[in-house]
Amino acid sequence: MMLAAHGVGVTLGGARILDGVDLAVEAGEMVALVGPNGAGKSTLLAALAGDLVPDDGVVTLDGRPLAAQAARDLARRRAVLLQHQSLAFGFHVIDVVRMGRSPWRRTDREDDDDLVVERSLERADVTELAHRLFPTLSGGEQARSSFARVLAQETPVLLLDEPTASLDIRHQEALLTIARDAARAGVAVVVVLHDLSLAAAYADRVCVLAHGRVRADGPPTEVLTGPLLTEVYDHPVQVIDHEGSLVVVPVRKEAPCVPA
Amino acid sequence: MTLLARPAAAAPAGDRRDRGVLRGLGGRLGLLGGLGVALVVVLVLGAGHGQLSIPPAEVLGSFFHRVGLDLGPMPTHPRGDDTLWTVRFPRVVLAALVGAALATAGALMQGVFGNPLAEPGVVGVSSGAAVAAAAVIVFDLTFAGTWTIAIAAFAGGLLTTLLVYVMSRDGGRTEVVTLVLTGIALNAMTSAGLAFLLFLADQQAREEIVFWTLGSLNGSRWQYVGVVAPLVGAGLVAALVLSRRLDLLALGDRAARHVGVDVERLRLTTIVVVAVLTAAAVSFCGIIAFVGLVVPHLVRLLSGPGHRMLVPASALGGAVLLVAADLWARTAISHADLPIGMLTSLVGGPFFFWLLRRARRTAGGWA
Repeated sequence: MMLAAHGVGVTLGGARILDGVDLAVEAGEMVALVGPNGAGKSTLLAALAGDLVPDDGVVTLDGRPLAAQAARDLARRRAVLLQHQSLAFGFHVIDVVRMGRSPWRRTDREDDDDLVVERSLERADVTELAHRLFPTLSGGEQARSSFARVLAQETPVLLLDEPTASLDIRHQEALLTIARDAARAGVAVVVVLHDLSLAAAYADRVCVLAHGRVRADGPPTEVLTGPLLTEVYDHPVQVIDHEGSLVVVPVRKEAPCVPA
Repeated sequence: MTLLARPAAAAPAGDRRDRGVLRGLGGRLGLLGGLGVALVVVLVLGAGHGQLSIPPAEVLGSFFHRVGLDLGPMPTHPRGDDTLWTVRFPRVVLAALVGAALATAGALMQGVFGNPLAEPGVVGVSSGAAVAAAAVIVFDLTFAGTWTIAIAAFAGGLLTTLLVYVMSRDGGRTEVVTLVLTGIALNAMTSAGLAFLLFLADQQAREEIVFWTLGSLNGSRWQYVGVVAPLVGAGLVAALVLSRRLDLLALGDRAARHVGVDVERLRLTTIVVVAVLTAAAVSFCGIIAFVGLVVPHLVRLLSGPGHRMLVPASALGGAVLLVAADLWARTAISHADLPIGMLTSLVGGPFFFWLLRRARRTAGGWA
């Protein structure tokens, strides 16, 4: 077992955000966290990343509680892509990606730095941006550059919080393909997604959160069903099998506009 | 823009990167070397200038003879050598040390607050240190000899830095507006404290405090250098050790932790270093504002935001700036020694205006 949450409960400002969440992620597995706004997805990811210590329960990485592990050791085991990127000063993209190598300073792996940085830039399709200033990039370009930094960290666990939110279709597919390839190569991947069709297409397992609890957890075909999603999202949802891939669409009351 | 970008984009990526690294390395060494040369030049000019004018060659000659090298001419004036070693050298050396301390403290504060407008003078840390030091003057405290003022200034500076830090941070970043407003509140409190101390003080202490809030290098002695030099030395070494991790802090608290930085510890360590450097600067020379704002900003324009370059270049640049400013303060009006803090504020104030306007325009990057 790689990364596991045991009975995790989090209370923020008097509100119960997470309650009794159990989730285990194995090496080589890609798990999508989905659920409506305020279901606790980002909070669960923050708990899995070690950013917040749960009020109840414990999160373990390789069997040891996160809170007991030093920042440097954690950084060598897991990398995190946050939803919002920010950078206080005008560093070049290549410098930002190189920051992902800092956990490996003074280790043998430091020798690979240049190679890994170059490969990470290529994988995230930001080689062209390497010598641009990070704060001058568009939101999507910043997200991809940050993804390159996360890849450069070369960790066995990847946590991605809505990585596709600001990306165009091509880069959404490219990013999730890289994440899935990483999982195939033995990395444990947890990704928060809003687009249920993307979750269905790329995740090995989908974990549906609602009101801070795990509502369902299993392979996409079992979990992503019309009745369950309709209940969780409080809106009629339809799941269509389109040439072998699941497509999740909301049911709209009015028929789409058809030109006369 | 597109026209300019096109030829670069057409060049192979590898080629561009190689050239970038070379230019970067050469440029960086060039910047540090250039600043080092500039520092020697202003030190020699500064030491030679004054009521008794001593040519640069004789300044160097005097220095070489004192360290045991038979090089260059000795000062021709009978009191030249004596003037240099008892008045001028301590003054220019103290100016260089204080300039280095202020600029480095500014660079560190900006790194830790993630905001290029943070500076000991602007946010009230200098005046916090000044209140503590003024209390030492007024109550005539001498619990640690010549070190008393420095220790009090350190305590005052540390307390105010922590206060600014606790009050102006939110979610790992500091908003420009919050930071500046915190500075206003703190400066109001510290000037009240200073006013109270002035009220309590006798005539002599009052003069001492006033001279000191204006900031001046007048009356520098080797004794002061003996206190300031070790503080600045320790502060600079610590700043260089911290510099790599300060780069990572630019990612924001959460992301910095994700790449292995113990954020809380790094911040507290840096704040202590800022307090040490500010105390070193403030103890004997009073409040000299804006050096920590102007110098790191100019260095960033030249060599980028990386702290491994920013810290040493700011230290050298701050030293050059303050020795030159002190030279100006002594010569702008003949037979008058203008307070240097007044001069730096005169130049730094408009610069701060300009930075604020820029920060507002590019709110996304700096807010």
